[in-house]
Amino acid sequence: MSGSDERANTDVVLEVRNLGVTFEGRVGLVSGLMGKKGSDARAVDGVGFELRRGEVLALAGESGCGKTTTARVIMGLLKPQQGEILFEGKPVKNLRRFRRRVQMVFQDPMGSLNPRQTIYEIVAEALRIHGIHRGEHGEPEEELVARALSRAGMRPPERFFLLYPHELSGGQRQRVVIAGALVLEPEVIVADEPVSNLDASVRGEILRLLMKLREEDQISIIIVTHDLGLAWTVADRVAVMYLGRIVEIGPAEDVLTKPLHPYTQALLNVVPEAEGIDRPILSGEPPDPTRIPPGCRFHPRCPEVASGSAAQAGVEARCRGEDLGLVELRPGHLAACHLANVVAGNARPPVATS
Amino acid sequence: MSLLSVRDLNVTYRTQGGPVPAVRGVSFDIEKGEVLGLAGESGCGKSTVVNAILRLVPRGTDVNGGILLNGEDVLGMKPGRLRAVRWTQASVVFQGAMHALNPVQRIGDQIAEAIVIHGRAGEREALVRVGGLLEQVGLPPRSLEHYPHELSGGQKQRVMIAMALACSPDLVIADEPTTALDVMVQAQVLQLLKALQRELGLAMLFITHDLSVLVEVSDRLAIMYAGKIVEEGDSRAVFDAPKHPYSQALAAAFPTIGDDRFRHKPSGLGGDPPDPQAIPSGCPFHPRCPLVFDACPTIVPELYQAGAGRRAACLLVEGALVDAPGTAE
Repeated sequence: MSGSDERANTDVVLEVRNLGVTFEGRVGLVSGLMGKKGSDARAVDGVGFELRRGEVLALAGESGCGKTTTARVIMGLLKPQQGEILFEGKPVKNLRRFRRRVQMVFQDPMGSLNPRQTIYEIVAEALRIHGIHRGEHGEPEEELVARALSRAGMRPPERFFLLYPHELSGGQRQRVVIAGALVLEPEVIVADEPVSNLDASVRGEILRLLMKLREEDQISIIIVTHDLGLAWTVADRVAVMYLGRIVEIGPAEDVLTKPLHPYTQALLNVVPEAEGIDRPILSGEPPDPTRIPPGCRFHPRCPEVASGSAAQAGVEARCRGEDLGLVELRPGHLAACHLANVVAGNARPPVATS
Repeated sequence: MSLLSVRDLNVTYRTQGGPVPAVRGVSFDIEKGEVLGLAGESGCGKSTVVNAILRLVPRGTDVNGGILLNGEDVLGMKPGRLRAVRWTQASVVFQGAMHALNPVQRIGDQIAEAIVIHGRAGEREALVRVGGLLEQVGLPPRSLEHYPHELSGGQKQRVMIAMALACSPDLVIADEPTTALDVMVQAQVLQLLKALQRELGLAMLFITHDLSVLVEVSDRLAIMYAGKIVEEGDSRAVFDAPKHPYSQALAAAFPTIGDDRFRHKPSGLGGDPPDPQAIPSGCPFHPRCPLVFDACPTIVPELYQAGAGRRAACLLVEGALVDAPGTAE
């Protein structure tokens, strides 16, 4: 292995391999007694990616695509039936130690802050749970809490120690949540819709804070979002998920301006545009993970199948019947689409003809 | 005559913690067939404006100013007249309104009820009309027979839109109509509202915190801050080249994908929207304003003319300080 390859490998902080999560189907009492079984939901079905040091990766998709479930598995809040997670190249065994280094920032600051705890107690809680009484250089708890608050932009930190969450504004509460994550000096932060509940004018400040943590402290960040505009603002790479799979992943510039997968295009079409709303918008409801279609799981909603483009390219039968994984179609830019494969000149010849 | 004319509207809630001035002198007009987008963040008073127009504010709330709907004074209407006007002249689609559907009544009957109550048709005729309405909002006619729990969130919001259209109003007020919906469904509902608006020549007052959504559907935009309109004008012009520093910050919060100016550069304001009970002196935006100067804390800016068909309440608008009282220069 060449030297540069080795460096590239050590650069990967977190690796997710072939993750699978199935939620058991539930039925009502009567149907249950009659022996009926609910259909299982395959929320995450073979998700894998790497996260590099100091990188911001956006996991994007609509409700039910499995993005939040993936985040919860990474956090160890959910046990996957399949797959593994590697932290700095080693499989995660000691969850407690791992959790110190990978911290989550939840989307609803009001819901994730205990209203009866002071800001000091909230931030110090993580330290106490992990049995940390002193910092690496023997600093007392108070100093660690103050440092975390200050890094999260709450300055001077002492001013906030004795306040309660309801005394803070929305933006400040989100900062406290971030401080609670920072106090353990994590390498990775997983942020689930970190700004979707905030007012637009306040959002930028929180995003700027996340950018700063990445630049100054080389913290890697996974941002879970439905908003590709947000991905454009902050992410280095974007992974688009659909029905439990990553259907496209690559550098943000490529994925968001030259998408390969029709679903990514569909998601881009719902980002509001000043030109007005007269553009094709995908019809139908968010997909149902209890009923995953055969073939490419996007085919029942795919505009390329509906318009006949897929048939013209001779791949429609494959779209309907042949499941496919991610293929690297441009450098570092992967997509799972039969049509994109053909367009990229990267596919086997059409099946049906000759 | 404008379809809706709001003049110097002031709304003050009475609370145990003292009076809360939520709306402080708001004026605007909506012409027939026109869509006005009202933008602003939580607590800016935009929903209070809606509630005041339909007189849905809590009893004891002070509402002053003029609200003329088709030339008729809404604030002076007797309760019976008010009930007649709601739904037939102006109707509302609320945020999360789908939760307002009666869970034990069929969809068709719920919509028909509104038509019958307002004397628009008899029961049988009403049900026929409901079938047409459901088709118009993109639901299969058999949805008539369904109960609310059998529908998805997006479908329920479509039912609410059908209901808002049931008595053929001239004005539909949409207060965060898509906020609780999933991204794809949100775009579908927006597209539907815009199509219906065009087809039926409806006037709309569209309210949301999401400026980028408003630009898509509105002809004109008004941006509110701390209970006042701080900028108004043609929607594209306001979004592309906002004059007020607050509008500039709001517009910058909605990035254009592919535009390098937004790439890795999140922009936002420090601070938070003000507490309506402690509104800063002078220009209420001055503590957060990146362009603040010495006159801002003392002079309350009015809406100054800022180009053709545009007004902005900022002392930096050309000529503003000449008009402003108390500045002898």
